[in-house]
Amino acid sequence: MAEPRRGATGADAGNAALLGGHAPGRAAAAALRRLRQDLFPAAPVLPRMRLAACLDRQGERSKGRLFSYVIHHRPVPGFTPPYAIAVVELDEGPRLMTNITNCPQTPEALQLDMKLEVAFETLDDEITLPLFQPVKG
Amino acid sequence: MTVRSIAPKTIAIVGAAETTKLGVIPDMSQIQLHADAALNAMADAGLKPSDIDGIATAGETPVTLAHYLGITPNWVDGTSVGGCSFMVHVRHATAAIAAGLCKTVLITHGESGRSGIGRTRVVPPPSSLFGQFEVPFGPMGPPTLFTMPVLRYMKTYGVTEEQLAMVAVVQREWAAKNPRATFKDPITVDDVLNSRMIAYPFRLLMCCLVTDGGGALILTSADRAKDFPTKPVYILGTGESVETPMVSQMADFTSSRAFRVSGSNAFKSAGITHADVDHLMIYDAFAHLPVFGLEDLGFLPAGEAATFIAGRNTATGREAAAQHQWRRLELHAFRHVRHVCAPGERPARCAASPRPRCRGAKISVCHGAGGMFAASGTVIMSNEGQTLSHQAGEGLRYSPVKLGGRLPRKAPIASL
Repeated sequence: MAEPRRGATGADAGNAALLGGHAPGRAAAAALRRLRQDLFPAAPVLPRMRLAACLDRQGERSKGRLFSYVIHHRPVPGFTPPYAIAVVELDEGPRLMTNITNCPQTPEALQLDMKLEVAFETLDDEITLPLFQPVKG
Repeated sequence: MTVRSIAPKTIAIVGAAETTKLGVIPDMSQIQLHADAALNAMADAGLKPSDIDGIATAGETPVTLAHYLGITPNWVDGTSVGGCSFMVHVRHATAAIAAGLCKTVLITHGESGRSGIGRTRVVPPPSSLFGQFEVPFGPMGPPTLFTMPVLRYMKTYGVTEEQLAMVAVVQREWAAKNPRATFKDPITVDDVLNSRMIAYPFRLLMCCLVTDGGGALILTSADRAKDFPTKPVYILGTGESVETPMVSQMADFTSSRAFRVSGSNAFKSAGITHADVDHLMIYDAFAHLPVFGLEDLGFLPAGEAATFIAGRNTATGREAAAQHQWRRLELHAFRHVRHVCAPGERPARCAASPRPRCRGAKISVCHGAGGMFAASGTVIMSNEGQTLSHQAGEGLRYSPVKLGGRLPRKAPIASL
């Protein structure tokens, strides 16, 4: 299906490792540590935002909860409405914007504080995005 | 941390105007809208461009504005932090005039939001933090971003969609009183909830209109203000702040830090308490903003504003201190300069106001937002020139008004 690609094209030097690579999570975290910027977003001072470390869970899927969202009903390239644009709060504290996958995009299915786990979506050789899905069971 | 401020009533607004036309203006570009508003404000103040020696604007660059109007400024401010930029300009202009950097400042706003003629809209580049960490997940403009904290707020405080819809209902009533508003017909909660879904929980009628228009202000020192043809409106106090370029990184999804800091500093510098306020305008582009505004400015405790508004405490026909501004939901384009120039300044000025509700109003608070809870500006004005005698109130964050009924009568001010 030749859908337009999401608008993820601009990772800068500080953040490229976070969004890039074939082995997101651990690799991203390792790369960011080499940069001494294991923060999200990469910045000199944002102590709450240790996203890279949170994504590096020794092979375990990072978990969090659905913190807030909207369900967008208008078309955007790369998306099929209605789709949720969400903010997830990781168990370790940082929050990030994301999408909820493997879940109906309805208010009934998307309950605030529901448990979620990361589900990386590889867009291409350069960009891999941390999406989230409901924790099963 | 103590913030120093300019003494109340040392700087005044002596000219204020909107663009000649409002709503849909297909024959004027963005810079023309700026210029039209500017010329109207100069006419209001009896000035010509060569009398202006300081300019501030956003959207357009101050360079373009100065060149277009033939102004040679000694002071320039191009602070651009979103819709509240023009209120922040008031604060900066107040300081600049007080410091002697310039004498007469022109602030302009112009937006060809509907017709899109000559726009200079700034789109954050893909390499921006927004471009990297929010754009990939499909947001499209303020309806999907400004609204992001709202479900969390609603769950935290048990707010219903009906209560949120009621904000739009009440604000439409105020719009009906404004001859220049785009939409004046009354709407019901059902109308709002049944309008087209844009970004759940936000329906069309909870969202911001996009129109063409602009506004302008002229400020000078209070001692010079006496020589102008208009009755001056004095700046009592101001505040400004910023928080984050990404709404997902707001520290608290139930409260805006920028709102709190800006509002608190404005009240402190004005030397007034909430009970002194006759007239309140909170940017109501989206239905949740008056809710956040009432709480973050300290008029209500956290979590009570939605119930307060849904109880019609800010509606027309109420002698409420919390009279929201009339038409922000109805006329997007005018952004916050209109907060200050009209309806804010005119009711404060009480110069033949067409809105009876505002007669007798002396102190007006105007509060705006910029970006997606990224920035804030607050301006407190008075149409009385005397110096207030009492000190800034303490406990501004929670200076509650009674719920479910009328707001308390304004406390008398001895010096007035």
